[in-house]
Amino acid sequence: MNIKDGSIDSSIDDSIDGFIGSAKLLTCEIVYMRSICHLLVMPLECGRFLLLIINSVSTENLVDIRRVSFSYRNRSVLREISMQVPRGKVVAIMGGSGCGKTTLLRLIGGQLHANAGEVLVGGQNVAQLDNTALYRLRRKMGMLFQFGALFTDLTVFENVAFQMREHTDLSEQMIHDMVLMKLHAVGLRGAQQLMPYELSGGMARRAALARAIALDPMLMMYDEPFTGLDPISMGVIGNLIRRLNDALGLTSILVTHDIEESLKIVDYVYFVSNGRIEAEGTPDEIRVSQQAFVHQFVHAEEDGPVPFHYPAPDYAQDLGITDMRQAGVGQA
Amino acid sequence: MKPGNPFVRMGHATLEGISRLGTATRFLLQILWRSGTSWRRFHLIVREIYSSGVLSLIIIVVSGLFVGMVLGLQGYQTLRTYGSAESLGVLVALSLVRELGPVVAALLFASRAGSAITAEVGLMKTTEQLQAMEMMAVDPMARIIAPRFWGGVISMPLLAAIFSMTGIYGGYMIGVRLLGVDDGAFWSQMQSAVDLRDDVVNGIIKSVVFGFVITLIALFEGYDAVPTAEGISRATTRTVVTSSLAILALDFVLTAFMFKGA
Ligand SMILES: Nc1ncnc2c1ncn2[C@@H]1O[C@H](COP(=O)(O)OP(=O)(O)OP(=O)(O)O)[C@@H](O)[C@H]1O
Ligand SMILES: [Mg+2]
Repeated sequence: MNIKDGSIDSSIDDSIDGFIGSAKLLTCEIVYMRSICHLLVMPLECGRFLLLIINSVSTENLVDIRRVSFSYRNRSVLREISMQVPRGKVVAIMGGSGCGKTTLLRLIGGQLHANAGEVLVGGQNVAQLDNTALYRLRRKMGMLFQFGALFTDLTVFENVAFQMREHTDLSEQMIHDMVLMKLHAVGLRGAQQLMPYELSGGMARRAALARAIALDPMLMMYDEPFTGLDPISMGVIGNLIRRLNDALGLTSILVTHDIEESLKIVDYVYFVSNGRIEAEGTPDEIRVSQQAFVHQFVHAEEDGPVPFHYPAPDYAQDLGITDMRQAGVGQA
Repeated sequence: MKPGNPFVRMGHATLEGISRLGTATRFLLQILWRSGTSWRRFHLIVREIYSSGVLSLIIIVVSGLFVGMVLGLQGYQTLRTYGSAESLGVLVALSLVRELGPVVAALLFASRAGSAITAEVGLMKTTEQLQAMEMMAVDPMARIIAPRFWGGVISMPLLAAIFSMTGIYGGYMIGVRLLGVDDGAFWSQMQSAVDLRDDVVNGIIKSVVFGFVITLIALFEGYDAVPTAEGISRATTRTVVTSSLAILALDFVLTAFMFKGA
């Protein structure tokens, strides 16, 4: 009897021990599985890295714009413009307000189609892709919009997670980790649960940046990332653009007015004016350039070849002064 | 508006109206074409049912109750003069199920949920959210527009049914509880007079059509809005006005089709 009791007791003990043991094992397993997941991602990452190296070796231009013309209805914006963006480089497009920089980015993203000429991204003519192919190409592009364009009904975290949820089958845990990594990169890990309206302009820009790099695109386009930022944030964003480009092996196009900040970080600069490339060169060449246009831009002079006015009929005529003068002549 | 000859202006307006109708039709076809995603990810539609359906519940229930109570008062007064006050149940139920339920619920839905949809989509367009989504290789038609469409189409008949139900209850409260119509007669006459196919199903058909039209108008106006604050406010107004007119006109057309001779 006693022995039996003992055996019962011990068997209960055993089963409890077993239970605890298997629970421990299970947690180990979960942790283990997670690390396996990460391990599984490793070869992918390595593969990507290899690709990067291959890409950086190949001298092909990632974006090639060939004699592109574009007009909105009757207003011609770009006239036979050509530019190349080599892989792995940061290229700036500068020019006055309204000269067609945003339009150029839209052409590259396939949201607008050129009236003439062709836009090649990774060797593909963007305008000729069908919807599926265009969407496949866009998955490899990230765009930072001029005004952020965060989804206002989602938190910062969900904004960054958006593409991962849409385009991948990653587990919740993986998404969580990846989003935090991206947010950490832009310094907003602490703001993950805020809604977009709770962010300042600069924070929103950075959150949008984290969202744009969510799926590690090969081409990043930044539309005026510096406007409305204080000098410190400006430097932070500038460095971020450069660092992201080099660390992730991206190719970046930077549209901006801000010549000082961008000359520090870019490899090549195109100046657009009147729908044409007015000047181009490396930052060093630009700094010493004697071209009137570049000089005006670099030294922020008001007068010069860059027009301040949107094209308009003669000012006097618009005010009706010529008519009056004619009327006066008539009277006399 | 361009100044000039009124005939020229009229012609412009007509042409523009027709071309907008064409655009709206293409918009509808696109929605139907891209609806696959939202049905496969049904939680997207559920979210929209919540925001356009569940959030409209209060206004629907309260209005339904009042409309039913007014019907009770008015109907009782008229029926009593003919000595048939116990037919009140029939009167209340038929007017609600056949007409007032679908129509009034649709008008309320247009001003509560329709305007909200237009404003939301218009604002998304204005703040470049739709374009950003496109650049992220996510089709806004499939991700934003189609779920809202189906959410509205599913919500509308449910709301109309709830409206009719609370209305009948309101009529019951007034007629039976307050004015003393016989309880049993109220319900039994209603049961024998209301036909499932001719009354209930026709009412449901109406509200499905209304839900379809309202949501389509609301989405189209939002998607087509001029991307400014003023453009959104105009679009919102147009949603309410256009869909209210459409509801009333369609109600006539549908009723005429369902009418079974004298
Ligand atoms: N949707 C549109 N319809 C008609 N014209 C447009 C449209 N968008 C832009 N434009 C015109 O095209 C020109 C170029 O616009 P774009 O937005 O590309 O300029 P930008 O270089 O980005 O200017 P900014 O530096 O001020 O952002 C402008 O003159 C503008 O008037
Ligand atoms: Mg711009």
